Amino acid sequence: MPISPKLGPEAAAASMADIAPRYTPQEAIIEAGRCLFCFDAPCIQACPTGIDIPSFIRKIATGNLAGSARAILSANILGGSCARVCPTEVLCEGACVVLDREGDPVKIGRLQRHATDHALQNRLPVLKTPARKSGRRVAVIGGGPAGLGCAAELAQLGHEVVVFEKKPNAGGLNTYGIACYKMMPEVSLAEVAMIQSLGVEFRCGVEVGRDLPVEQIQKEFDALFLGLGLGKGARLNVPGEDLPEVVEALEFIEQIHTHPLHQVPVGDRVAVIGGGNTAIDAVTQARRLGARDAVIVYRRSQAEMPAYDFEQKLAKTDGARFLFNVVPLEILSDGRGHVTGLKLGRTASTKGKLQTLAGSEFVEPFDMVIKAIGEEKQVNLFKRLFPALELDKRGVVVRNPDTGQTNIPRVFAGGDCANGGREVVNAVAEGKKAARGIHASFAGQKVIGPMQPSRYGVKGLPVGSGFDRPIRVRELEKEYAKQKSSIR
Amino acid sequence: MADLSINLAGIKSPNPFWVASGPPSNTAHQAHRAFEAGWGGIVWKTISDAIVNTSSRYSALNLGTLRMAGFNNIELTSDRSPETNFREIADVKRRWPGRPIIASLMVDTRERWHEFVKRSADAGADGVELNFGCPHGMCERGMGSAVGQQPAVTERIVSWVMEVATIPVVVKLTPNITDITQAARAARKGGANAISLINTLNSITQVNLDSLVPEPEVGGLSTHGGYCGPAVKPIALNMVQSCAADPEVGLPISGIGGIANWRDAAEFIALGSTSVQVCTAIMHYGFRIVEDMMDGLNDYLDAKGFQSVADLVGKAVPAIKKWESLDLNYKRIARINYDQCIGCNLCYIACEDGAHQCIDLVPPNGQGLGPGRVPGKPIPQVREADCVGCNLCAIVCPVDGCITMVSIDRGQPKMSWSEYQEKIARGEMKPIPAHP
Repeated sequence: MPISPKLGPEAAAASMADIAPRYTPQEAIIEAGRCLFCFDAPCIQACPTGIDIPSFIRKIATGNLAGSARAILSANILGGSCARVCPTEVLCEGACVVLDREGDPVKIGRLQRHATDHALQNRLPVLKTPARKSGRRVAVIGGGPAGLGCAAELAQLGHEVVVFEKKPNAGGLNTYGIACYKMMPEVSLAEVAMIQSLGVEFRCGVEVGRDLPVEQIQKEFDALFLGLGLGKGARLNVPGEDLPEVVEALEFIEQIHTHPLHQVPVGDRVAVIGGGNTAIDAVTQARRLGARDAVIVYRRSQAEMPAYDFEQKLAKTDGARFLFNVVPLEILSDGRGHVTGLKLGRTASTKGKLQTLAGSEFVEPFDMVIKAIGEEKQVNLFKRLFPALELDKRGVVVRNPDTGQTNIPRVFAGGDCANGGREVVNAVAEGKKAARGIHASFAGQKVIGPMQPSRYGVKGLPVGSGFDRPIRVRELEKEYAKQKSSIR
Repeated sequence: MADLSINLAGIKSPNPFWVASGPPSNTAHQAHRAFEAGWGGIVWKTISDAIVNTSSRYSALNLGTLRMAGFNNIELTSDRSPETNFREIADVKRRWPGRPIIASLMVDTRERWHEFVKRSADAGADGVELNFGCPHGMCERGMGSAVGQQPAVTERIVSWVMEVATIPVVVKLTPNITDITQAARAARKGGANAISLINTLNSITQVNLDSLVPEPEVGGLSTHGGYCGPAVKPIALNMVQSCAADPEVGLPISGIGGIANWRDAAEFIALGSTSVQVCTAIMHYGFRIVEDMMDGLNDYLDAKGFQSVADLVGKAVPAIKKWESLDLNYKRIARINYDQCIGCNLCYIACEDGAHQCIDLVPPNGQGLGPGRVPGKPIPQVREADCVGCNLCAIVCPVDGCITMVSIDRGQPKMSWSEYQEKIARGEMKPIPAHP
């Protein structure tokens, strides 16, 4: 049976409603009042873009919302979307000292949303570009978070920027690939509009290499930034993969973003293959769009699942089921070419290697299969566009992590295509670093000073901004637990 | 169970908690509710010739999410007629004979004072409180703080009252004066039986930044209001103690100023108050707050072995001396408990930018893990040799008990500044070197 939409417009909108709605002004002031205004705040060190979090929170508390938004957006141009999509539990909020005092951190993400919503919704011009332009032109290829982070920073440094984007709209996964209950595409588009207001030109619907030769860009621009992201979803390589009800998770999510919610077809019984955060986004949205049964099918154990704990919890709350240590062997179909189920095999890890146990096959009925097993690297694309560009073993662009510079002069890179696939906030930070690298290269400098001046130096000790040297909360959580247990 | 009952200059009350003269003590209705809640006594809203009030009368100082940290008002004395007020006092007294009602009074001439004091006694009031304190409105008409700010006038009016008083006379003092003891001594000289303090302080709580008119706004204008609430407590404690310690005052005290709970009350009592009066906290939460006050004070007295409130009265007064009496050789330093430290480093920046630069940020000792959640995060370390013991770090630390101020015995005898000056004069010691 072909799959079809399950819910009417109102029910679909209700089930996709914001899971963390904007604070009322009073809620924001109450929450802001919990921040201690730490001196060398760990939250800043945990933020890859190094937002001065205590300062922006203090400004909320004093009713200075424009200043608060300025503090956020000057460090992270996508502060509005990061406020919604950042895994704050393992970043700023995971490092918050109030977590130690009260067992519950300051809700930094929601406060950040409060301030940035104020600026974006009222179109406040909180950021400024210099009146005197440098005369340098930079082409940003790819209008996702890395490209936007780079473009906005370059514009603020006085350079002319053109962003080339293949899709009809810029924003990348922020526009097309975030679960609706976390963020609607309008937020991302408002951020693009803000960057446009800084003087950045967007040429959307233009695919470099097809609509526009690379050589021409290299001739017309003084530098290039590659923020191409990742490629198509990886293949399972099992029989039945090309059946019509087998979709890639990001395609499924893009459909949700580009069609009215009540017109998005979803299965009655949906299998989501994969164990990452995208798999969670897919399974929760399948449930919210009316799937009676939605199941995460993951080849390893729960403990090995890459999805964050809070994402797994959300999926459980949404009524999703989990099948662990199970691998799809075949996607089954009826005689008319429609999915009827999965033939699965049980797996076991021996010496770190995953093996399918002989004779363990079983069948689960499904009418839709969503693949969320990661995206392919864009090796072929790079080989075609930039044959000289150095890629590493994984197929990601090799670049100087501090400046974004690649082995090709005047070509810089950042974001998923250079880091292999991380958070939006990492992409923005890498775009911004590349912008500074480009700026420094124009001035003939090798390195530009500290990336982000922290508030005050402390007698020779490194003071933290995550933009320079982010701490990894997941790792420190483990150490912290160890230390606490040794104290007690 | 400690004995909560008190006797202030002959005014007997089952507990020391009185509703202060103000909006909560305006009517018989409120008085009944207050006594039902457990208040020991009521100082009736000041009776005068009925006045006319403005609309919009109160304003507040809010601190973050904390409402009414400070509070002010531009309300005048009772807007009800003296007849109504005295009749209601008589009504309430009939129903609550064991609870004192003190009539607060404010009039101008000798004859009027005589008349109002007699009418108070006739109504059954247990005492009168002379309002020499209101800093707004009535002072422009030569009453309220206009009286309290001139000791000679205070003394004269008190003496008028004493000519006819048959019930105890309490004089309510204004804090809007350089030296409160001068006013208190004048009350004593005039023959008063007790004093109550403090009345409200002159204030402007806030300016509306859109209209640029301060609050409370009355038709595009405002006026100086009387300030009260928790924010004035330290000022009130200072003045109460000053009067309690002054032998030339020597009068029982009813303490007023920012009292909201039993702790505040206990502090006022320890600094010399026999009864305490509450207004702003009732305006915030209603009469029910007295339940915790009775309960808490009772348990405190029991825990500390005091038999009665009277045992606590004035117990902390001798601990306040002139600065010149303090021991210059006493030393305390800050100690940080790293097991409790959450790594905010507010102590560091407070000491560095705001005090005496005696805290360093140093790499964490031991396993490379500092306080809080960030490995390797610098930790604050007190340079004990340089620490002046100012308390600032312990005050700003957001974790209770994390930073403690520890007394250090340096083996030096006590030496006050006065003794220090004498020793230098006698050539027994050289001046202590100035701080570098």
